[in-house]
Parts: sequence; structure tokens; C-alpha cells
Amino acid sequence: MTSPLVVAQDLAKTFDVSPPWLNRVLEGKPRQLLHAVDGVSFEIERGQTLALVGESGCGKSTVARLLVGLYQPTRGSMQFDGQDAHAAYRSVQAREIRQRIQMIFQDPYASLNPRWTVQSIVGEPLLEHGLITDPAGLKQRVGELLASVGLSALDMVKYPHQFSGGQRQRISIARALATAPEFLVCDEPTSALDVSVQAQVLNIMKDLQRQRGLTYLFISHNLAVVRHVSDRVGVMYLGRLVELADKHTLFSQPQHPYTRMLLDAIPKMHQTGRARTPVQGEVPNPLNPPTGCTFHPRCPQATDRCKSERPALRQLGGIQIACHHV
Amino acid sequence: MSLLQVQNLVVEFPTRRGTLRALDDISFDIAPGEILGVVGESGAGKSLTGASIIGLLEPPGRVASGQIVLQGQRIDQLSADEMRHIRGRKIGAIFQDPLTSLNPLYTIGRQITETIMAHLPMTQAQARQRAIELLQDTGIPAAEQRIDHYPHQFSGGMRQRVVIALALAAEPQLIVADEPTTALDVSIQAQIISLLKKVCKDRGAAVMLITHDMGVIAETCDRVAVMYAGRIAEIGPVREVINHSAHPYTRGLMACIPDMDSDRENLNQIDGAMPRLNAIPQGCAFNPRCPQVHERCGQERPELMPAGATRAACWLHHPQAAS
Repeated sequence: MTSPLVVAQDLAKTFDVSPPWLNRVLEGKPRQLLHAVDGVSFEIERGQTLALVGESGCGKSTVARLLVGLYQPTRGSMQFDGQDAHAAYRSVQAREIRQRIQMIFQDPYASLNPRWTVQSIVGEPLLEHGLITDPAGLKQRVGELLASVGLSALDMVKYPHQFSGGQRQRISIARALATAPEFLVCDEPTSALDVSVQAQVLNIMKDLQRQRGLTYLFISHNLAVVRHVSDRVGVMYLGRLVELADKHTLFSQPQHPYTRMLLDAIPKMHQTGRARTPVQGEVPNPLNPPTGCTFHPRCPQATDRCKSERPALRQLGGIQIACHHV
Repeated sequence: MSLLQVQNLVVEFPTRRGTLRALDDISFDIAPGEILGVVGESGAGKSLTGASIIGLLEPPGRVASGQIVLQGQRIDQLSADEMRHIRGRKIGAIFQDPLTSLNPLYTIGRQITETIMAHLPMTQAQARQRAIELLQDTGIPAAEQRIDHYPHQFSGGMRQRVVIALALAAEPQLIVADEPTTALDVSIQAQIISLLKKVCKDRGAAVMLITHDMGVIAETCDRVAVMYAGRIAEIGPVREVINHSAHPYTRGLMACIPDMDSDRENLNQIDGAMPRLNAIPQGCAFNPRCPQVHERCGQERPELMPAGATRAACWLHHPQAAS
């Protein structure tokens, strides 16, 4: 068996959100740390998709940014194909590893430079990494990339505003694919799109995965989309993984109360008029997280133990779960 | 008798390059206490329909023809001043982003009492008492203290509850809710939807719920109108529209939503994109993307016609199309 392509070990990112130094001195305010990601570990096999789900503020986007090296981890490490990625990002091999890991962002309206033509946008990574230097070759390669995401090579002279949201997201995908990466980090790639367009983009992403053996980290808050694209799913709550299981197990037998709650919250299309049991409460303030299991104030099964002792993520029959009651 | 009747509504935007027809011949009605869903992709005209009803069309947009009748009174031609009395008193509005629909400089209590006193004959003290009750009804804990807080002190879900309280402040008979849950997490979304359903039922208010989320429509609405390129493609009871869609667009839209109960390698997709307003195809606007397109679709525009239990604007359901 081959080793996993991506191994995240105890990744953590803490942001310092303290008041300015002067206020701390004069008003005696303490330093304040926000634990955006607090010890997340997972593995992704080559050619597979791991999805991370959770509500706003649970740290899923921070994980994405850690993996592509936009943030330095406060603690922990990420191994990419056997080497320490964050050490590589700082070393002379940074260019090499950046070619192999690319990212697709959420908002295709904000992530493309409006003053650049599609050719410059998609061709930039090729030139930057010195993969192609002659203009004719560049044109041809950009044309191929556009064709692979279902756009026309004739589109390369246009500007982003001439495209619809779905087409723009395909341009982002073409740009991410330019350096022939092995690992794509997709941060909510379809949540700004309409359902019909979302279907087009998801289909393209799956086709590309089959053709090129791509590995995805797919971040989304939409469980139906996650179920469609992923092989394994990690559920995050306040900076930690609470359940990590393969897709079928997670959706058919969710173990963690939070996972069950999220699944219950999805509107069911064909059971019209059925009242959902609304989830109680909201995500607590991450600056001041609850003691013990951070989910206990919303958990129907919470006991005294949950309030005092934080459950660790442990292996349990093929899945990983952090709950005292499973 | 219906509470709201929209008849042959046409909304146009005059531009330098000609007049764009954003809403084209929209007709529907809402009965008292009913929840009508309006669904469609971005640019289909759903929000514009809502904005025309509450009289908040952005200039240069204007109602070019047709009429909007609320409780027997025509409201599409009222002056801004007259409309202000109707908005809030008879029609409440809930918008997508709860942060931008509240004034960040006023406490929520001041915003709610101001609305109450503008429409109902109440003293400051009575209005405040009523505001507290409204906040309690919308599920805000410790309403007596929270009423003096500012919008930034509330979370997104709580803010949307405040906005709902604000919309209900003067007991309107109709609430126009434009994507009320789109900015919220799924777990909070369920809370807000059930709250909206409950408070409207308690007060007998009708709701026009505008959303792009078929799931929300499925569990909230009595009837649904599916919009495409400024027209209603299909309208009918929600169960029928979802389970026995008559219009190919509705079927396509339903099929491309990832399903929680089935495993498919690829999702069905509708190829292409919705046409721009300046390039709406001849005949049926959906014909270039339609899998069941035939000759007539490119020539003549279908009106809404009975199709099973719903009504659909599609030539497939024309009585003579049976052959």
C-alpha cells in the first residue's frame, strides 16, 4: 500500500487578537488568542477527496490556508508526499512544492484580476514557474487548459467580466490546473454559484479527478454537495475535528451528536411540509470556547463529564470520533 | 378573495442601448395566510418581483404595465409617501443580509419602537412593551436586556430574528422575505425557517418567500412559482411542482441538486446559462437549453397553461401538443 499523499498532524493555528499594546498596558487588558484551528490531524490518499464540513467559523478555511502555505502553522506539521510541506515552503524547493499544490477559492468574482485577460490569468502560473517561455506555446497550453474545463480557446482574449459566475469558476480551475498539480485545495468552490451551474462545476471537477488522478481537499458547508464529491468526510466544530469517517458510514450512521444535528438540519426535498427539528443554539464565541467538549452547550446528550473533560479524537471501528458517549 | 394579486406585471429598465424587460408578464396571487415560494437562479427576476411589490424598485426600473393589488387597493401607482404607509403596516419586508438591514447606530429597541409608533397609535412605553414581546416571540433570550443592545452585539441568526420582529412590528398581512436564510448556516437556517413559519401562522400573515434553495421551498411553502428569465415558468402546489414537475426547466433544476439519498457518479446538468436580458431568445426563453425543444418553441412564446396539477409555460402541455 502506498503512503498517503497528504498527512496533517496536529495542525494548529492561533491568531493573536489582543488589543493594542498601549491598551493592554493602560487598561490592563490581557492578551487574547483565537484558536482558529486547534490540533487537526488527517490523511488523504492519492486520488481521493477529503471533505471538511462545519458551520461558519469552525476553522475549515484556515485549514485550507494552512495546507497551501498561506499561513504558517502555530503547531503541528503537514507532510506532502513524504516531505514536510511548511519546511519546503520556506526552502529553495518552495517553487517545486507550490507547483504541486494549488488552490481554488470561493468567490470567482473576487479571485480573478478584472484587468487581466483570461490568457494572462491562466498563463501566469506557467510563466511564473518557467514551465513555458515561448508565446506560441503559452497560447496553445492555455487553450488546452480552457478546453479541459469546457471553455473555448477563443475565450482567452476576453476579460473576467465577460463571463458568468460558473464560467469564471472554470477559469479559476483552469488556472489552478496550469502547473499540473497533484493536490487541489478547494475552499467552497461552488457556494457562490446557482445550483444548475454548481452541477456543471462539480461534474468538471470529478471528471478532472478521474482523468488526472487529482487529490482534493474539498471544503464546503453544503452536506449534499460533500456527499456527492467526497470519499471521506471530516466534520469540524470550533477548530477541531469531531468526526472523521468514510462518506457512506458518515451519512448512513453518523455517530457524533453534532454530525447528526447537521444532517438533520438539511432540508429534505421530497418530504414537503415535514418540520425539521431545528438545531438548538449557535456556535459559541471562539474567543471564549466552552470548557470540556466545546459542543456540550448544544448537545442533547451532554453530561457533567462533557462539561469538564475534553474528548480526544479516537479510533472506533474505522471511524474517528471525539465524543464521550460513543 | 386573495390578499395580493399581481396581474401581467412588466418591469422595464430604460438604458442607453434600449429598454430591458426584466419582468415580463408576471401574474400570481397570494391568499391570506398562504406561503408562496418564488424560486429561480440568479437573474431570473425573483428579487425584482419582491421589490416591485414592496415599492422599492431601484430607478430607473419602473412598472411599465400590469398592476399590483393588495386587499382590493392598487399599490403599484402610489406616491412614495403613500407607499411608505403601506410598507411596514401592510407589507413587511425581510432581506438577505441581516447586518445591512439594521441601522448599526441605533439600538434594536429604538428601531423596533420607531417602526411600531410610525404605524400604530401607541405611546413610547406601550411600543417598548410590544417590542419586547415581539423579541420574545422570535426567540431572543433575555429580551428585556437585549432590546437595548446594538446590532453588532448579535450573531447572524439572532440578527435575522430581530429583522423578523421588525417586519412583524406593525402586524402586516403580507411579509415579503427575500432570501432570508441565505446568509446563515444550515443549522441556523432551520431555526429561522421554522420561526418564520410559526410567527406567520400565529398572526395569519401571508408570506412571499424568495429563495434559490429548493429544499427551503419544499419544507416551507404551500405553493411555488419557478421563475426563468423574467417570467414564471411553472406555478403550482409545492408537492406537485417538486414531484411531478411539468416544465422541463423545473425538472432540470430539480435534477441538478445533489441528492442525499442517491449515489450518482455525475450530476445531471442543464447546459448553458440563463440568457442575458438583452438577448432573450425568441419564443420560449428556455428553448436553447431545453432537452425537449421542438419547432414551435423557437417561434411562439408559451403562456402559462394547465399541466396536471400545476400550470406551466411550455408548449408540451398545449392541448394540441398531445399528438
